Amino acid sequence: MGGLITADLRFNGLDRTRSLLDTLVVPVYWVADIPSRLSDWQETHLVSRGTLQEEGERLRRENLILEGRTQQMASLQAENIRLRALLNSTALLRDDVVVAELIGVSPDPVRQQVVLNKGASDGVYIGQPLIDANGLMGQVVDVSEFTSRVLLITDVTHSVPVQVNRNGVRAIAEGTGSLGALEVHHVSATTDIRTGDLLVSSGLGGRFPVGYPVAEVTAVERDPGQAFARILARPSAALDRSRHVLLVFTVEQAEAH
Amino acid sequence: MVDRAHGYWVVIASLFVAAVLALVPLPAWLVWGRPEWVALVLVYWCIALPHRVGVMVALMSGLAMDLLEGAVLGQNTFALAVLALLSVSLYQRLRVFSLWQQAGIVFLLIGIHQLICQWVQNLEGVGARSLLFLLPALSSALMWPLILYLLRGLRRHYQVV
Repeated sequence: MGGLITADLRFNGLDRTRSLLDTLVVPVYWVADIPSRLSDWQETHLVSRGTLQEEGERLRRENLILEGRTQQMASLQAENIRLRALLNSTALLRDDVVVAELIGVSPDPVRQQVVLNKGASDGVYIGQPLIDANGLMGQVVDVSEFTSRVLLITDVTHSVPVQVNRNGVRAIAEGTGSLGALEVHHVSATTDIRTGDLLVSSGLGGRFPVGYPVAEVTAVERDPGQAFARILARPSAALDRSRHVLLVFTVEQAEAH
Repeated sequence: MVDRAHGYWVVIASLFVAAVLALVPLPAWLVWGRPEWVALVLVYWCIALPHRVGVMVALMSGLAMDLLEGAVLGQNTFALAVLALLSVSLYQRLRVFSLWQQAGIVFLLIGIHQLICQWVQNLEGVGARSLLFLLPALSSALMWPLILYLLRGLRRHYQVV
C-alpha cells in the first residue's frame, strides 16, 4: 500500500492506469450530477413566457453592445500585428475554445478541483487552460476518455504567473485553499501594486496564454518589518458558480498534441 | 445450502449510493462535516457479513473513492482497508453493543480513517490546517443509527446472509 502511495506521489508511471480507471468510475459522476441537471432543466423548461421574452430582450441588447465593441477589433488586430512585426516579435494568435460543462466538484475541502464532461476523446490534454466568461479558472491535471479533472487557481498547490495590467509588473499568484482569495508572493514593499489593480496572466512559463484576467487586488499590506508586501487578490472567474466553462486550445500546444 | 453470491448486489448497490452521496455538492459551511458515507456503509457490512465483506471489498471501494476524489491512489484504499480490518475483528463485540455504544466505536473508527487520510494528504502537501478534518467522525457517528436501520432493513428484506 505504501508502494502504491509512493508510486502515485513521486512517479508518473501510474498516469495511464489512472486515466483508464477514471473512465470506469464516470457513471458515479453522472448519477451525482442528476440533481443539478434536474434544477437546470427546471430552470430552462418551467419559466413563464414573460420571463423568456424579458431575457431574450436583454440578450439582444447585450449582443448589440458586444457587436458594437468588436467593430474595431479587426482593424486593431491588424494594427497590432503590423506593430509587432515592426518590433520583430511574433504575432499574437487567437486561441480556439471549446465549451465544457462542470459535472462534479471535488468533495474534499482541501482540494480545489472540478470535473468536466470533456475528455481525451474531445482532444483535451494535460496542462490545458480553463476559463469562464470572466477570467482564468485553472488547468487540466487528469484526462480520462470522457471526463477531465481541473485544478483551480485557488488550490494550495497551484500558482499562476501574472502581471499587473496597469504597468506590467510581474509576479506569481498562489492559491490559498479558499475559493475567494489568491496571494501574490515575493513582491518587494516598494513595488507599484495598488488595491483594485487587475492581474492578468503573463504567459511566462508557457502554460497559460497571455492576457486573460486572473484576479483583482483586494488588499496590500506593507509592513516595514517584512521583506515583502502581503498582497491578496480576488479571482476574476466565478470559481464556485460557473457551470459552463471554456477550454482554451492555445496554438502551439494544440499543434504539439 | 444458500448460494454464496445471493443478494451480493445489495452490498454493491449500497456502496454505489454511498459513493454518490460522497460526491454530491454541499453548501460551503457543510463541506467539512460531510459524513464518510462509504466508510459507514462498509463498517455496517463488515459487522453484518464479516465472512463475505472485508478487506478485499474495502480495497476495491477505496480505489474507486481515490479516483472519484482525485486523491493520491492509495489514500482511501489504505484507510478503508484498515477500517475493514478493524471492523471485521471487532464484529462479535460490536453486535452485542447498544446502539449508542456502537456509535461511539464508529466515531473512533472513522476518526482513525480520517487520520490516515490526513497523513497521506500531508505527504502530498495539501493537508488541512486545523482539526476540522476530524468533524466527519462526529457527523458519521450521528448518522450511524440511520445507516444501521436502513441497511438492516434492506438486508432482511432481500435476505442477504
